[in-house]
Amino acid sequence: MNIHEYQAKELFDLYQVPSPVGKVASTPQEAAEAARQFSGSKLVIKAQVHAGGRGKGHFTNGFKGGVHLIESPEQAEEFAGKMLNQTLVTIQTGEAGKLVSKVMIAEAVDITHEYYLAILMDRATCRPVIVASTEGGMSIEDVAHNTPEKIIRQFVHPLLGLQPYEVRKLCAALGMTGDVAKQFGKLLGNLYRLFVSCDCAMVEINPLVTTPDGRVLALDAKFGFDDNALYRHPEIVAMRDKSEEDPREVAASEYDLNYIGLDGNIACLVNGAGLAMATMDIIKTYGGEPANFLDVGGGASKEQVSAAFKIILGDPNVKGILINIFGGIMDCNVIAEGVVSAVKETGLPIPLVVRLEGNNVEMGKATLSSSGLQIVTADDMADGAKKIVAAVS
Amino acid sequence: MAILVDSSTKLLVQGITGSFGARHASLSLAYGTQLVAGVTPGKGGKLFEEKVPIFDTVSQAVQETGATASAIFVPPAFAADAILEAADAGVALIVCITEGIPVMDMMRVKAALQNSSSRLIGPNCPGIVTPGLGEKSHGGCRIGIAPGYIHRRGNVGVVSRSGTLTYEAVFQLTQLGYGQSTCVGIGGDPINGTNHLEVLEMFNQDPETEAIIMIGEIGGNAEVEAARWAKDHCKKPIAGFIAGATAPPGRRMGHAGAIVGGEEDTAQAKKRILAECGIAVAETPSVMAKTLLEAWGK
Repeated sequence: MNIHEYQAKELFDLYQVPSPVGKVASTPQEAAEAARQFSGSKLVIKAQVHAGGRGKGHFTNGFKGGVHLIESPEQAEEFAGKMLNQTLVTIQTGEAGKLVSKVMIAEAVDITHEYYLAILMDRATCRPVIVASTEGGMSIEDVAHNTPEKIIRQFVHPLLGLQPYEVRKLCAALGMTGDVAKQFGKLLGNLYRLFVSCDCAMVEINPLVTTPDGRVLALDAKFGFDDNALYRHPEIVAMRDKSEEDPREVAASEYDLNYIGLDGNIACLVNGAGLAMATMDIIKTYGGEPANFLDVGGGASKEQVSAAFKIILGDPNVKGILINIFGGIMDCNVIAEGVVSAVKETGLPIPLVVRLEGNNVEMGKATLSSSGLQIVTADDMADGAKKIVAAVS
Repeated sequence: MAILVDSSTKLLVQGITGSFGARHASLSLAYGTQLVAGVTPGKGGKLFEEKVPIFDTVSQAVQETGATASAIFVPPAFAADAILEAADAGVALIVCITEGIPVMDMMRVKAALQNSSSRLIGPNCPGIVTPGLGEKSHGGCRIGIAPGYIHRRGNVGVVSRSGTLTYEAVFQLTQLGYGQSTCVGIGGDPINGTNHLEVLEMFNQDPETEAIIMIGEIGGNAEVEAARWAKDHCKKPIAGFIAGATAPPGRRMGHAGAIVGGEEDTAQAKKRILAECGIAVAETPSVMAKTLLEAWGK
């Protein structure tokens, strides 16, 4: 799950990770009012969308840039009017862009130096790792590729937590001394506490800056949360912005289905995540393009299968469907009944190939064949993939 | 022989009175597995299916029944505690089926088990099956949620991060007339108790295992480490499959651990490294068994 920049700032404020003062606005009037509350300092207005590259993006109404310096409340109002309820296209949003429903007015900060700072879960060591660099403000992938020696890593023991000596090591490696080192240490301690307390998968600050007036500030933030832990974080679930997500995925999540939308034209409905990935792969192997990842799980009900089928049919790109079920324990007939009941409601305007194997498979096949629907059956995965690719081309 | 478990393994089930745990405990009993105890706090003193005693704590269950393996079916919020309880009671093999445990919980459990004598398999895994010699492999040891009836006793070891792909491989093998020594689902989470490499080492040592199928997916480097080890140390033929070639980067594909993070953990990169290490890579999941038989010279 992702959150907006202004929400990240709220978390920073809560955990005392210093960042520039900012206020969020949903209307041009609110933007002007927010700007009036800053005294004298330079301000910046930022469109709030879940995508990077905002500064270099453009709005579909012709307005350029999702981030601007502003000098007065009047200008805040004017720019907010050009951003709010408009669509912003950046290198990360795709051509369709993202609708901007909020802007943030924040203090524009003078910068002495830009650093990179992140905490993430390292799979290989099963520990949190702090990643830092003196080369902030640019793509960390580029830094890692061009100057790997400038990436500093500090692993933290999961049961001990962050130790003072680990902070001192990082400060030394980043060339920080005196008051800056002291502020950085406090910021990092609070950031680590936030990382653990909120069950983050990742928190990235790029850039972390020092200012001419001697402050250390998080200028931007990117969060990733562990979806498995959201049940114990209602405060983070409340930050979810469904308008930023693929509507097909939002619909699927309401039925506890694992669905990820892709760009192809062959939809698939599978039980088990590994088999679902492998089904996408085999469609591609035989020359087709998968339209989605969909795992209905090992214990899917007739209602879930039916809902899954409707989500698939609701995608206008889909020209054919492959159902691939290995019902080890799962009853194949439950899948068959779910499909038949969905098709009776929606009709079946496109080819459907079904491969069923496993528990109660004969009953499942009988349900499909006695339904009177135009369903092609397949002997195995490869046969199913070949048949659906042939049917759509 | 087989690895990890056999027909003499004494199993207990944590969460035996939940609907999921009860259903699969019942299927394990029907398969012929020695299910000796169940654990559900507050239900101690009752019987499961009128014959298996239920205890309040794992340590009571171990003391009374001599159970050496545990299958965990408790909900995600309580699973870390259940694993630690089993380790505290000295259970040698802990198999955690539960899906959806917070990563932060597993990170602490993994660190806490560092010097423990218990081995953890999973979480988010289908479990372990060592097929028996009876009809439809009856009489073996089934821990977890795999369909027992598709197995057949034989000489192929199977290790996988995915449940349904394991069943697919087992089904193909059995259809072609080749049985399995042991099938191990290590789970689809980013932090798990036992990795591909450790299972390969066990298969390599096991006289009954003559050939191996290793199934992996995008994310992490466990398959790559296992392949590099196998190149120098494994004497037995291995076929491999990696799922997720068409997965978009940065998206979690159902399994919490199935996410492409960089250039090295894509399906393409893993397949290439597996092949370089002498593993026969199946082009599609339909030919996992066939690919193994070719590499095995059958």
